[in-house]
Amino acid sequence: MIKRTVSDRLFDWTNAALMLLLIVVTLYPFYHVIMASLSDSNRLIAHQGLLAGPLGFNLEAYERVLANPNIFSGYRNTLFILVFGTALNLLLTAMGAYGLSRKFMLRKPIMIGIIFTMYFTGGLIPTYLLVNNWLGWGNSMLALIVPAAISTWNLIIMRTSFEAIPESLIESAKIDGSGEFGILLRIVLPLSMPVIAVMILYYGVGHWNSWFNAMLFIRDRELFPLQLILREILVQNDTSAMQLGDAMGDQQGIRESIKYATIMVATLPILFVYPFLQRFFVKGVMIGAVKE
Amino acid sequence: MQKLMQDLSRNKAIYLMVLPMVLYYVIFKYFPMYGSIIAFKDFSVSKGILGSPWTGLENFQAFFDSIYFWRVIRNTLLISVYQLVFGFPAPIILAILLNEIRKKTFKSIVQTVSYLPHFISLVVICGLILDFTSRDGIVSTIIEWLGGERSTLLGSADNFRSIFVTSGIWQELGWSSIIFLAALSGINPELYEAARVDGAGRFRQMWSITLPGLVPIIMILLILRIGGMMDIGFEKIILLYNPNTYETADVISSFVYRKGIAEGQDYSFTSAVGLFQAVINFVLLIGANWFSRRVSGNRLW
Repeated sequence: MIKRTVSDRLFDWTNAALMLLLIVVTLYPFYHVIMASLSDSNRLIAHQGLLAGPLGFNLEAYERVLANPNIFSGYRNTLFILVFGTALNLLLTAMGAYGLSRKFMLRKPIMIGIIFTMYFTGGLIPTYLLVNNWLGWGNSMLALIVPAAISTWNLIIMRTSFEAIPESLIESAKIDGSGEFGILLRIVLPLSMPVIAVMILYYGVGHWNSWFNAMLFIRDRELFPLQLILREILVQNDTSAMQLGDAMGDQQGIRESIKYATIMVATLPILFVYPFLQRFFVKGVMIGAVKE
Repeated sequence: MQKLMQDLSRNKAIYLMVLPMVLYYVIFKYFPMYGSIIAFKDFSVSKGILGSPWTGLENFQAFFDSIYFWRVIRNTLLISVYQLVFGFPAPIILAILLNEIRKKTFKSIVQTVSYLPHFISLVVICGLILDFTSRDGIVSTIIEWLGGERSTLLGSADNFRSIFVTSGIWQELGWSSIIFLAALSGINPELYEAARVDGAGRFRQMWSITLPGLVPIIMILLILRIGGMMDIGFEKIILLYNPNTYETADVISSFVYRKGIAEGQDYSFTSAVGLFQAVINFVLLIGANWFSRRVSGNRLW
């Protein structure tokens, strides 16, 4: 080991300090939300600025959020979209990616046609008219699932990963009489579990976080996904569904706590699974970064 | 043609597998491109795309003449430039600094933490931004500590772009650094060894080995960035803006959304605006790719 100079050590310490600062700046907002959601609402409203810990302890906001039927229906709708949307995503992406990893005459033109859509799009209005007017999917879950069936980026990641499977394996399966569907199901997919995990996560997180298409196409509140309910509460400041019996004076107080508790209820699933799944997410970027 | 028929029958299963994908792209990507021709028409839903009368470039002219034209162009370009100047180097710097950390556990903790905000939904992030920048929020409090005045920061047009860009960096900094870290892991460690033998210090190594190792990926991402200069996503804009901040916040895409869907239903006019944006983006992308190919040899295609 080469001896470390003074400037070396100075650099290491500054670097570590910067990274610690980054950790604090990244995590504090979440810490703040947790603490504020547990706080007593009257003390919270009188407080300004950073929180070291909860101000008092009160779970009333959580009770109100969990009693809000919109949160429940939002979760239900989001789970529906997540399950069926991701299933369709996987089906179409896996078949397409496998096809594109094989040799056939139209492979190149199809690939070019797909890549082109990454750089040039028809835009919001024609897409809206297509889904809403011509396909007639307004106010239907189909509008949230089918138009998002394939992400080009994910398709390319999956194709890249399929291409790494040795040709000899596929050839020998063919000699044994397997068809292409059989090869995909029995050889390629079982060898590609990591990339399938990546796909489930990317598509799943995409469905979980998506709100804009629901705002465009869904009119019935019963069908709102969670993110759209959250938008009403957090961005449009509408907590009325959880404050029906409140006297005027109390409203402002509990409103803040309700907002924080809502964030917690909607984000906890992600915060819980994230540390365990993080390496899969990263893997996706790594595969995607391999240049063609 | 005959060859194609032969290929179709030989690879029937493959064609069957890619068929749903091809249909998806035709319906949901190419049909809207075809639908963009309503930008050259006076479109009404009842008459349909083909039945609506042609108007030539009238809708484009109306956009260029409107009082909104310069406002949305200026806002779009300014936000893009801020993102480019402040947001683009940030993950590169983070990747280089992470690369210098010797303690593996510390490094992976920093990485795990810094990727987290990327996975939080935009609605929640914007809810947090609105809350933290409110009159009693923590950002206002910090501004007061520093001698400024407390205010609802997003209530005034002055602050919108800085809040938009800063929060974007906060959310995506870590995640965007992964691709650079991937490139760094491909650098041959012997290069560092040799540099040390030659007496190069830490900074010299970063400058002469690490940074050059990143240049290809930097160029690729830069081309993509420039090709997206006119494209600021509307989702975060419409979650954060309000009529008080339209002056600095309204970008092309949010304008299209508002005039085409939220407030009015001027489909032809807004399609023209959208098409204008898409074409400029495409031209910028081709230009950036050509330029980079010439100057650095790095290219997308």
